Amino acid sequence: MPEAVMSVEGARAPAPVLDVRDLKKHFPVRKGILRKTVGHVYAVDGVTFSIAPGETLGLVGESGCGKSTVARAVLRLVEPTAGEVRILGRDILPLTKSEMRPYRRQAQIIFQDPFSSLNPRMPAGEIVGEPLRVHGIGGKKERREKVAALFERVGLRPSQMESLPHQFSGGQRQRIGIARALALDPQLIVGDEPVSALDVSIQAQVINLMMDLQQEKNLSYLFIAHDLAVVEHISHRVAVMYLGRIVELADKRALFANPQHPYTEALLSAVPVPNPRLKRKKRVLQGDVPSPINPPSGCHFHTRCPYAMERCRVETPPLVEIARRHWAACHLREPQASSAPVSTAA
Amino acid sequence: MNTVVSERETISKPNALQRTAAPSVLEVEGLKTYFFVRQGIVKAVDDVSFSLKAGEKLAIVGESGCGKSMTALSILRLVPDPPGRIVAGSVRLDGKDLLKLPESEMRKVRGNQISMIFQEPMTSLNPVLSIGNQIGEALMLHQHLSRGDAFDKAVELLKLVKIPEPARRAREYPHQLSGGMRQRAMTAMALACNPKVLLADEPTTALDVTIQAQILDLILELQERLGTAVVLITHDLGVVAETAQRVIVMYGGKKVEEALVDDLFEQPRHPYTQGLLAAIPRLDALSGEQQAGRLKEIPGMVPALVNLPKGCTFAPRCPFATEICRSEFPPYEAKAPGHLAACWHSEKVEGAAHA
Repeated sequence: MPEAVMSVEGARAPAPVLDVRDLKKHFPVRKGILRKTVGHVYAVDGVTFSIAPGETLGLVGESGCGKSTVARAVLRLVEPTAGEVRILGRDILPLTKSEMRPYRRQAQIIFQDPFSSLNPRMPAGEIVGEPLRVHGIGGKKERREKVAALFERVGLRPSQMESLPHQFSGGQRQRIGIARALALDPQLIVGDEPVSALDVSIQAQVINLMMDLQQEKNLSYLFIAHDLAVVEHISHRVAVMYLGRIVELADKRALFANPQHPYTEALLSAVPVPNPRLKRKKRVLQGDVPSPINPPSGCHFHTRCPYAMERCRVETPPLVEIARRHWAACHLREPQASSAPVSTAA
Repeated sequence: MNTVVSERETISKPNALQRTAAPSVLEVEGLKTYFFVRQGIVKAVDDVSFSLKAGEKLAIVGESGCGKSMTALSILRLVPDPPGRIVAGSVRLDGKDLLKLPESEMRKVRGNQISMIFQEPMTSLNPVLSIGNQIGEALMLHQHLSRGDAFDKAVELLKLVKIPEPARRAREYPHQLSGGMRQRAMTAMALACNPKVLLADEPTTALDVTIQAQILDLILELQERLGTAVVLITHDLGVVAETAQRVIVMYGGKKVEEALVDDLFEQPRHPYTQGLLAAIPRLDALSGEQQAGRLKEIPGMVPALVNLPKGCTFAPRCPFATEICRSEFPPYEAKAPGHLAACWHSEKVEGAAHA
């Protein structure tokens, strides 16, 4: 199946900036005095997607679905268990630390919590300039000028370069984080819930800034969030994760207007909409997200799915293209046997 | 009680009806909670007044630091003192001013007549007491049940909040429950003594959307069944729209707008409310574009509440602000029947909404 995903996406677009194939990250669960491995947390269990230049892929799912692990694994901040992560065509997983360096420049990250992701003892200007220093770019003066320019670009005053992180508000700190991510002129920025900790009025400022920067620099974003309205706003395409797997991946409009996986449908129906006159039929999912240590057999979602059949309990549905550029992993949506080879051939 | 319930079903009835319906169970008037810190005085709650009718669902909405949680804590007299103190105002429950009660009397109110659900169930439940014993505690204290009876009632309550296998769960500890289940247990605890008022402070903020939907459904269902009045404190305008009948918007420690939920969303009369509604990306207005346009921003940032200048707290960020806004806080005026706002320029705000 991953082959099919790749051939279709490769055919339509320029070479992807990020190309992830069958990515897995299993964390061992250890117990007892001998720290014997008694099981695994299947945090990410076979995830495939790609991001084109200038594109935003939104990655949504509930806590524990593995979306943050995906963010860290594609940058090798945690070492993936298996799979391929290609940045600008090169698989970075077998690379040594020094071989990784040029690729690290191309892929940066913005974290959720603007309070804990900045060194409290380092002036803001140094925080933003640190990637330049580490990668040995420019002289001291040159770096200072670049940092001042970055400050202005993200809406901070260069006169604030000497201030410490605690002297900034939450929104401003997130701007510092964005400036730091931009310092090396990367092609890809991974945003791990970059606006989730911000107040509504500040969130809009940061989302606008990220979208402006994307237009300006043709950046690619892997944008991770649990707020579906935010993801709908910023993304071109959206992937929905459930217990370590992508269950649906489609163009933003198709996914939100016409969800094909029962989980996506339930997720969309659960989002409270700020319109009191809109009386919707809500489909409230029962039960909790199961533990990723012993995920349910077959389709992980079958324990909460209103349409679950016997087959769902035993057989894992593959992620297949059910309409053009619309992928879903559900037995109900599988095309007839005759049409399956067609999508592979495309 | 039944009148209120039926009013919710026909939610877009004229305002006057609800204004006169049930008697007020809780009346907060001129409440001021200040924190005395080294840098000066933090006016966390500054002259907040509202009333809550029996069985009503009122939402208090605002961003972090706007004073919404502190309003709830002030009602229960749980403000950390020092440095905080309630310096003025009254909180009347069925006409009795809670701020004048001796502490021993106040204890009979907390968890009995007014109870509270907190945002983080893991930190607000006692980790070393079983769920059943924690729920039973309030019943033993307020309803003088024996330990055994209290435990049995706790099991019943867990069943009420739809926890599967309530008898087994009652013997378990908070860490053995999932986040959603803990919030259900806390709801059971809050409703144990059948309170008149339930203060829910961001009850679903820490939860995933599918679990949030379950918990909101549960709170609303129990609220209607038991006739409890609910004050829902939240920052999520979506949650407000789907659960509340009436809404108070707070900014910088002050109430800036109050209206029935339909009126507020249809015709916000305060520029802050208007700005908030425009700043959220929304799923109900699918753009149809490949990528949506820019969101409306509210420029600047939420003010620090230390030594606020005179005048309207929102003036530095407000597109309509003039000289008078910077010198004097606007009065609360009924801009429409049942629709209060504190703004000198609400006609302009109204005009902008239609532009």
